[in-house]
Amino acid sequence: MSDRVAIIGIGWSGFRPISPELSYKELMYEAASRAYNDAGVDPRKDVESFITVAEDFHEGTSIFDEYTPDQLGAVLKPMHTITGDGLHGLATAYMLVKTGQFSIVAVEGHSKASNILTLSGVTAYAQDPVLNRPLRLNTQFVAGMEMNRYLHDTGTTAQQCAEVVVKNRRNALHNPSAPYGADLSIGDVLSGPPLAWPLGTQETAEHSDGAIAFILASEEKALYLSDFPIWVLGIGWSNDSPSLENRNWGVSNSTKDAAFMAYRQAGIASPYQAVDFAEVDDIYAFKELQVLESLGFFRPGEAGPATQEGLTQKEGAFPVNVSGGSLGIGNLLDANGLVRALEIILQLRGEAGPRQLEDVSIGLAQSWRGIPTASDAVAIFSN
Amino acid sequence: MSMRKVAIVGAGMTKFVRRALETGKELSWQATRQALDSCDLTMDDIEAVCLGTAPDAFDGVHMKGEYLSDGAGAWRKPYMRSYVGGGTGVFVPIQGWYHVASGLFDVVLVVAEEKMSSYYPHAQAAFLTIFDHTTERPLKPNLLWIFALEMNRYMQTYGISKSDIARVAVKNKRNAADHPSALLGDAEITVDDVLNSETLAWPVNRLDVSPVSDGAVAIVLAAEHVAKRITDKPVWIEGVGWNLDTAYWTNRDLAYPRYVEYAARMAYDMAGIKEPRKQIHIVEPYDPFDYKELHHLEGLLLADRGQAPQLVADGITHRDGDMPVCPSGGLLGVGNPIAAAGLMKVAELFWQLREEAGARQVPGQPKRGLAQAWGDLMQVGTVVIVGR
Repeated sequence: MSDRVAIIGIGWSGFRPISPELSYKELMYEAASRAYNDAGVDPRKDVESFITVAEDFHEGTSIFDEYTPDQLGAVLKPMHTITGDGLHGLATAYMLVKTGQFSIVAVEGHSKASNILTLSGVTAYAQDPVLNRPLRLNTQFVAGMEMNRYLHDTGTTAQQCAEVVVKNRRNALHNPSAPYGADLSIGDVLSGPPLAWPLGTQETAEHSDGAIAFILASEEKALYLSDFPIWVLGIGWSNDSPSLENRNWGVSNSTKDAAFMAYRQAGIASPYQAVDFAEVDDIYAFKELQVLESLGFFRPGEAGPATQEGLTQKEGAFPVNVSGGSLGIGNLLDANGLVRALEIILQLRGEAGPRQLEDVSIGLAQSWRGIPTASDAVAIFSN
Repeated sequence: MSMRKVAIVGAGMTKFVRRALETGKELSWQATRQALDSCDLTMDDIEAVCLGTAPDAFDGVHMKGEYLSDGAGAWRKPYMRSYVGGGTGVFVPIQGWYHVASGLFDVVLVVAEEKMSSYYPHAQAAFLTIFDHTTERPLKPNLLWIFALEMNRYMQTYGISKSDIARVAVKNKRNAADHPSALLGDAEITVDDVLNSETLAWPVNRLDVSPVSDGAVAIVLAAEHVAKRITDKPVWIEGVGWNLDTAYWTNRDLAYPRYVEYAARMAYDMAGIKEPRKQIHIVEPYDPFDYKELHHLEGLLLADRGQAPQLVADGITHRDGDMPVCPSGGLLGVGNPIAAAGLMKVAELFWQLREEAGARQVPGQPKRGLAQAWGDLMQVGTVVIVGR
């Protein structure tokens, strides 16, 4: 018997800058009920294990795991939390199904970023408490330094980074779930206020609230329950050094390693030929370019010119972030990876509406845990 | 589908102390290094790393898993941190188990770390923010109070006395006197010492509770074909179980931990165990409070409800009894660096089943052991069954 794993249900609530009338529990409930409905499963009877991705400091609750089961229908079931990105949660669900002990597993990620009054203060607590935090720098300096290094190493220009913003926010105009759609010019982006030189505020994703849930199933269950299962071809994740002083800044080693793991599982030797489209991290515009190179789609320094030539636009040869990406949808903190994967699944199912790509069969989602981490995950899907 | 067999092939732990001078990263690495040395492996042999550690609030480090990653050996490796509150220490070997059983990895390092002393003046305050922000936090409850409620409920339901329960603390602290890493081993302690220690929140006295501690534990897991090349004494993970109850703990009967029973049944099913009281030879249930050991023995179906105190009184759960319970000394004796304490229990079973437990060795060549942890708002049970 083959032991492939499929995604048979998706559901989401959001995404929007604020959600004052809903608690995080209600966001989670909406997303999960839609996913259960989509998959045609009952969480109390059919789903055998549950996973949430969350970080205590983002939630404002210590041991946030306590507050996960009720709104997901997971009370008195095997449920656990992964303090990682949504794709880490997806990888966990994938492994659970692969053990052969679980045939249907749910994974959920959410963001209630609008509830966080001092996000930059929270993020500062992720800096090394001995070496970095005493400098009292806003953590965005890490992104500025990384961008500067990337531009220096590869010859990529600020204009090319701004191109990413223009593309993604225009793409978002065609995504009803993306609140930050806009028709900007390169000049609009470059003339915005700086955040951490050379990084500008316009090149940085705003925050969003929302929740996403996926239902994963073994091949046998998937073929029985679903008319359009989306198969997980490969999934990889990796960490580079957590210390700013020891890591490689020009390329993302953690993206490279995670991608290598996923490509190996999927049997992919030439990513650019094999993969039809991608959704990658763009919390900062330059990351999209850096990541596309680290994923092996372009050689170092070539992602910028390719973007300028329109290659990564919706109509281009290799569409990237057709959903609008984080720049168009917003930064959903720990749920970002699931937002990237959601678009891949919608496109592969042919349910992406006005932004539907034609003839796509393999898509790749990549996510990064944000500053100041060096933690990445990559997932590859097919229909 | 047949499951890939997963073995524990190495284990290591730091001393459990009240205030470690090392950082959390350094504690993690010390335990990791010992675990690797115990099975003659290096980091080059490790394909992925799983980390367990409890609230970020202890260290005041956001995304603590990322911060600890290099200490746990996760540089340029697949790495994830799992988290089920106090149950994490026995969950993280389950996380390692599914990494290997899925077929994605052959050799995985599992690390559990806790550094509670960073929290000043006392780690208890890190728990003030675990309660529901609307319904509970305004009442300013702390963990000792809610566990005092649970202990009281357990005593009232079954007519159990404080001295019945204090015997557990005495047994475990005496057992810990033989553990070289223990913080609170005491070969001379008596029931009266426990009963006469100061009351923290009635009915809980100071010696009913495990101490705030710093420490780390690491184990190495391997798939069957690799495990047999690494060691001739692999200890197999035969069953795993975990279960999470509702967050609304005020709506539950606290006399019985049904989530522990559900987790245990899952693990027994996987291990093919029909009569746990005969088939489990050593038990390491979670004992942050002495009543919890009894509570958990009942939830694990190893004692009838309300009858666990009798097992202690009859000496059945002593190290040389018919069913030794916490021969390590448990959290009450060895110490309670939350996640590390749970994994310490799994490491203890590893050493006991390989007959490497020294002065703590349980007689009679035990073949199978069970470790269990508990956490969140009296809400989660995690169970691992290992055998040789």
